[in-house]
This record gives sequence, structure tokens and C-alpha cells, in this order.
Amino acid sequence: MTTPDAWRDPEAAQRLLATLRARTEHAKPITLMEFCGGHTHAIMRYGLRQALAPAVRLRAGPGCPVCVTPDGDIDAAIALSHHPDVIVATFGDLIRVPGSRTSLQSARAHGADVRVVYSALDALSLAQQNPDRRVVMLGIGFETTAPTVAAALLEASERGLANYYVLSMHKRTPPAMRAILDAGEVRVDGVLGPGHVAAIVGARAWEFLPRDYRVPCAVAGFEPLDVLQAVYLLVDAIGSGQPRVDNPYARGVTADGNRVAQDLLERVFQVTDAEWRGLGTIPSSGLTLRPEFAAHDARLAFDLTEPGCATQTNEAAKGCRCGEILRGVLEPPECARYGRACTPAHPLGPCMVSAEGACAAWLRYGGEIE
Amino acid sequence: MCLAIPARIAQIDGTHAVVELSGVTLQISLALTPEARVGDYVLVHTGYAISVLDQAEALETLALFEQIARAAERHDQPGRDAPSSEPA
Ligand code: SF4
Repeated sequence: MTTPDAWRDPEAAQRLLATLRARTEHAKPITLMEFCGGHTHAIMRYGLRQALAPAVRLRAGPGCPVCVTPDGDIDAAIALSHHPDVIVATFGDLIRVPGSRTSLQSARAHGADVRVVYSALDALSLAQQNPDRRVVMLGIGFETTAPTVAAALLEASERGLANYYVLSMHKRTPPAMRAILDAGEVRVDGVLGPGHVAAIVGARAWEFLPRDYRVPCAVAGFEPLDVLQAVYLLVDAIGSGQPRVDNPYARGVTADGNRVAQDLLERVFQVTDAEWRGLGTIPSSGLTLRPEFAAHDARLAFDLTEPGCATQTNEAAKGCRCGEILRGVLEPPECARYGRACTPAHPLGPCMVSAEGACAAWLRYGGEIE
Repeated sequence: MCLAIPARIAQIDGTHAVVELSGVTLQISLALTPEARVGDYVLVHTGYAISVLDQAEALETLALFEQIARAAERHDQPGRDAPSSEPA
């Protein structure tokens, strides 16, 4: 089997870059948006941003699930953690994200039982091992993660684990991409499609980009050659004047995606409107539990209002500009707090907390505005 | 969060599998990829295999790099087919 090393070959990357340079030398610069925070991370780590500039500019998009989770949802999770019989199970990054007043981490420091889990299956085990407690899995993530939370919930339901709950804050990616293009705040000539979302929903799920917006999309993997090849295909598609969806991540992504996972999503969740940090409420962009799973729905089982918490985000008060960064309007060093008041050790906003956050990726790999 | 890592399946037991991940073994669920077999490489995300990697497609993509590079060497004409800045 080909190993990831095959996609990290520096010599092949240099050749591909040389080809790209020759191809774009006399053209007007283009702007591509990488939807996914994983891509932002890879781009910064391997210096691809600088290598492609100035002919190809890359802009980070809203594809960081922890970052787009609004303060209100984090406050709700904190409210949950105050119930003495509750164990809150969460994926790693979220625990440090500040809500409107505090974070899950500081709730834990004050005695709340908050556990970081690697998988929803770990939360399931917690429920099994603690029959006298109620375990709430925080359902964060895009189409990549939602099927795993759905699978674990189904297992809990089938096993009759009545003390297992899910607080679903899952989000769907295509409506967010539409929201950004509809707003027209930022130039997007092409889109690097999120590879692991596409593993579930299929490359075809991005056909709306060329069809409705005349913007090409290339579904990309996360190694440097994956990103460069996708950029090459986007340059080619833009040059041809015929926008299309390319799938250079075909080793992991099929046209139709993972049908088993899609069926599971369909069975457990229903589509709803959802609020995104920075983007506001986006129609049909959220996933909430179906009524059949009401007994496991934390939104129905618990009072989620956190006393004393603002219902509005207080980002502005902190001077954090994550919202604009998530819309691709701003780049991290343009925030006055970047690297000064806001660092990975003392993050003011989620874009500095999450490993997929643009601010964290830029700071970690020494990014500056060209 | 959308990070998924390729790993080789060493053992399968019902809907669970043991994968090798850079020398470490890990138990994962095959609930989302029931078609996976021992020896397959899968993309692992939060304890679940979300996709079985396709070796033939992998080789084809790598071959495409070669094609791109060779095509560029053959008719090295900077600016040819260059993209315009118009959002096509
Ligand atoms: S640098 Fe910090 S304060 Fe500024 S936008 Fe990023 S997370 Fe917010």
C-alpha cells in the first residue's frame, strides 16, 4: 500500500510547485479558500502559503468545528456540567474554548466532572461503568464526526443504556460554504474541498459549487502533495473557464461517499437551522436528534440555561475577531490580539484554541502577512 | 477534529478491529465500514474507520503527478492556458 510518505515527497512537491509557477506566472492572482481547518494546518506546516504566493492566495474558511461552535452552545455544555450526577464527555479541544463567561476546563477546576474522550465509544463505556450517573456526550463536529456519534448513540439505545445522552451541536458543511459565497464578502475563485467530510458525503456533494456559483472545487487530502495537486487542478479548472469538481483524494473519497454512514446520519439526526460563530444562523446547517431518540436527547432532558450568562457572544468585548477569520474576511495577524494578548497558552478565542483553528496554525508555524 | 489517519487492519472481531498506527495498536469500530477486511488500510477518525483506502486510486493519483510534471517539461510554455482572474 502507498504510505503517507508518498504524498510528502519533497522532490515531487518542488516539481509540482515549479509547474504551478510556470502555469500561473503571467496570470492575474487567484484566491482559493481552504474550507477545512485541517488544510490550514497542513498549508502552514509545510509553508505552502508562501510557496504559492503571490499567484495563488489561500484563505482559511470556517472548517473548524470547535471554532464555529457559538458561545451559547458552550454555555449550555457548562450548564450541563453543574448537574451533580452528570459526567460531561467531550472531544479534546472544546474543553479550553471560552464560552461567554468561562470554559468547561474552569468548570472542571471548580468540581464539575468533565472528561476528555477520544471517541464517542469511550463515552458509552463511561455510561456503562457509571450506572448511577448520567453521561452526556457533546456532539461536536461536521459530517465526518456526526456518524460516529450516531453509531455510538444507536448502540446505547439498542443496549438500553438509559443514562447515555447526546448534546448535538453537529453541523453540515455545504450550507456554510453557500453562506460565505452568498455573502460575497471575500473573493473565492476556487474551493479546496474538505477531504474527510467528503469521505462521508461524497465528492458529488460539492457539485453545487460549479453549478450554482460557477466556482470549481477540488476535494483534497491532507498531505502536502494532496494540497498541491488540488491547487493545480483548481488553477486548471479556473483557466479552462469550465468550473468542475475534481477529486484528487480518490483513494479515500468516492463520488457518492460512505452510504452506511449516510444512512446512520439519516436514521439518528434530522436537519435543522444552526448558529455558527461568525456566520450567524445558517438554514439547514445543523443536525439535531430525531424524536425517536428523545430519551437520549440532552436538550430535552436538561435545563441548559447557564445562570448569569450572556445570550450574546462577548467576542467584541474581548477584542477577539474569530468571527471574521471564520468568514475568511480577516487573516490572523490582522487581529490586534494575535500573538500578544492571545496565545495558545492564553487563548481569547476558539481560533487560537483548536489545533484546526487558523490563529493557532498561523502562530505555531510563524505565519505573517506577506 | 476532522483529522483521520490511515491505518492497517491487523485483526477483525465482529464489528471491531485492531489497527496498527505507527507501531501502536488501537481498537476501532468498523460500524461505518462493514466491508473492511484484514490487511486493508482505513481512515480512522475518533475510533471509527470512516473509509477503506483504495490502493488502485492511490497509484493513479501518484501517476497523475508524473503526468503533470512531464507535460510541463514537454511544452514548457509559461502563461499558456494560464488562469484569468475572472471567477469563471
Ligand atoms: S488571535 Fe486570538 S483574539 Fe484574535 S481572532 Fe484569533 S483567537 Fe481571537
